[in-house]
Amino acid sequence: MDYKSPVSSPLEHTADPNHVVVNVGPSHPATHGTIQVIAELDGETVIKADVHCGYLHRGFEKEAEHHTYHKVIPYTDRLNYCSALNNNFAYAETVEKLLGVELTPRCIWLRTLLSEYNRLADHVCCLAATVMELGAMTAFLYMMTIRDYIFEHLNHLTGARLTYSYVRIGGLANDLPEGWLERLEEILKFYEDYIERIHGLLDRNRIFIDRTRGVGAMTPEHALNWGYTGPILRSTGLDIDLRKDSPYLAYDQLEFDVPVGIQGDNYDRYYVRMREMDESVSMIRQCMKQLPGGPVSVANPGVTLPAKDKVYTQIHSLIHHFKLVSDGVKVPSGEVYTAHEAPNGELGFYLVSDGGSRPYKLHVRSPSFAHMGGMHTLLEGYQLADIIATFGSMNMIGGECDR
Amino acid sequence: MVYEKLKSELTGQYQRAWDSFGMLVLDVSLEQLLPLVNRLKDDFSFDLLLDITAVDYPERELRFDLVYHLFSSESRKRIRLKLCIAEDESQVPTVTRLYGSANYLEREVHEMYGVRFADNDDLRPILLYEGFEGHPLRKDYPMDLEQPLVDYRK
Repeated sequence: MDYKSPVSSPLEHTADPNHVVVNVGPSHPATHGTIQVIAELDGETVIKADVHCGYLHRGFEKEAEHHTYHKVIPYTDRLNYCSALNNNFAYAETVEKLLGVELTPRCIWLRTLLSEYNRLADHVCCLAATVMELGAMTAFLYMMTIRDYIFEHLNHLTGARLTYSYVRIGGLANDLPEGWLERLEEILKFYEDYIERIHGLLDRNRIFIDRTRGVGAMTPEHALNWGYTGPILRSTGLDIDLRKDSPYLAYDQLEFDVPVGIQGDNYDRYYVRMREMDESVSMIRQCMKQLPGGPVSVANPGVTLPAKDKVYTQIHSLIHHFKLVSDGVKVPSGEVYTAHEAPNGELGFYLVSDGGSRPYKLHVRSPSFAHMGGMHTLLEGYQLADIIATFGSMNMIGGECDR
Repeated sequence: MVYEKLKSELTGQYQRAWDSFGMLVLDVSLEQLLPLVNRLKDDFSFDLLLDITAVDYPERELRFDLVYHLFSSESRKRIRLKLCIAEDESQVPTVTRLYGSANYLEREVHEMYGVRFADNDDLRPILLYEGFEGHPLRKDYPMDLEQPLVDYRK
């Protein structure tokens, strides 16, 4: 049986007989994500590139239209699976805005703390993969060690290492377990010790600089034109950050800097992420100091699920639980766009409700998808091997890009 | 306030202005879209196109809502543009000349909803594959319809 190629590229035939068309991916050992780059080469120089994504498309938006609001939460975990909590919180806030729910102070601060904690894990993961593909194995192992401590720690809180589903509409699944904050401080100290070594290994490393300095460089205008947000936009020198420009959660009460780069190349993207992690650690410490007491979920029976011990012992709580799980939360009709500063950039949810218990339309503005849309411009003119370095520093996450 | 200034200076270039949870929304007609986006970009530095998507209302005569989200790097504000189009509308202007990011976004809206953008000659599928039949985000596309590219193993 013969199968047609799933993509057609304008580069299948080259005008110049000396040029060669090379296929990188969709499953390539040097790219950490399922993506296909079709490149026209002159020697080793990329003349034209055509980037294809969609290999991880699973119809998130279609699925969401057929599930109640609570049941969409596990799907949001699988968008950017390196920082599932950030997706969780952005989605929950979208629904809460339409519902008009006011969160409890402890929930707001905990969500802020966990957003930054998960950002730390995401950046560490992205940088680890990037430098590993450039041959820096020790830095990779150090960063993966940090990441694994964080994942185990989040596992203690949420019951999962990667796909947390920790948020609930109007609050969180549970409060912090005992001793969680003490362990958090230990991990932050561990991070500081290790990140120092990583700075020492990479910052002035000749090989690393040669592979990243001036590679995949762009101007702020270029970045804006192609819809780049987050660390990639900031690496060009623009200090655009949702946490500063339109603060959500508790960010207006935190002190932090927005690190920016100079020329928007791979090295700047690496360094902006390194600096952002330090800011995240400082923000986590501020959150720990200011964390208020009280409940983590709102006391709104139309939204919040009853406590499990009551469900098993009281008939009205059981009925309440049953109604919320089978019928779902009724969300007033209207439309809202909520954006959060996810580790990769602006993660926006556009929700249209018709007053029922399922979204009429839920669209994700995913940063990775926009980043891939303009990636060919950062590959053209550079070497074939630079595809790997640039692709790594763009941190494409398949789950988020392809939805 | 940026939004107030926008509303007064652009009077006549949109149908209706309203507020959606702190974000300015401008309802526009098909002819107004491109001139308005041009002005927003040139005079109000809305230089980042965040998102294009559509919403399907099968019972309406003008079946789709097209939804644009723009961001201004100067005022750091977001704005939403909405327009209604019919299913067979073939004159939706492309904004790929103004924003590079529109390339992928228009390809996605085209494959998911079947909206045709005039003058955009690269509407190849991006999340789906060549030969996929139908437009999966339309309300009349069944949730459980499968079109495997490679047959399932028996």
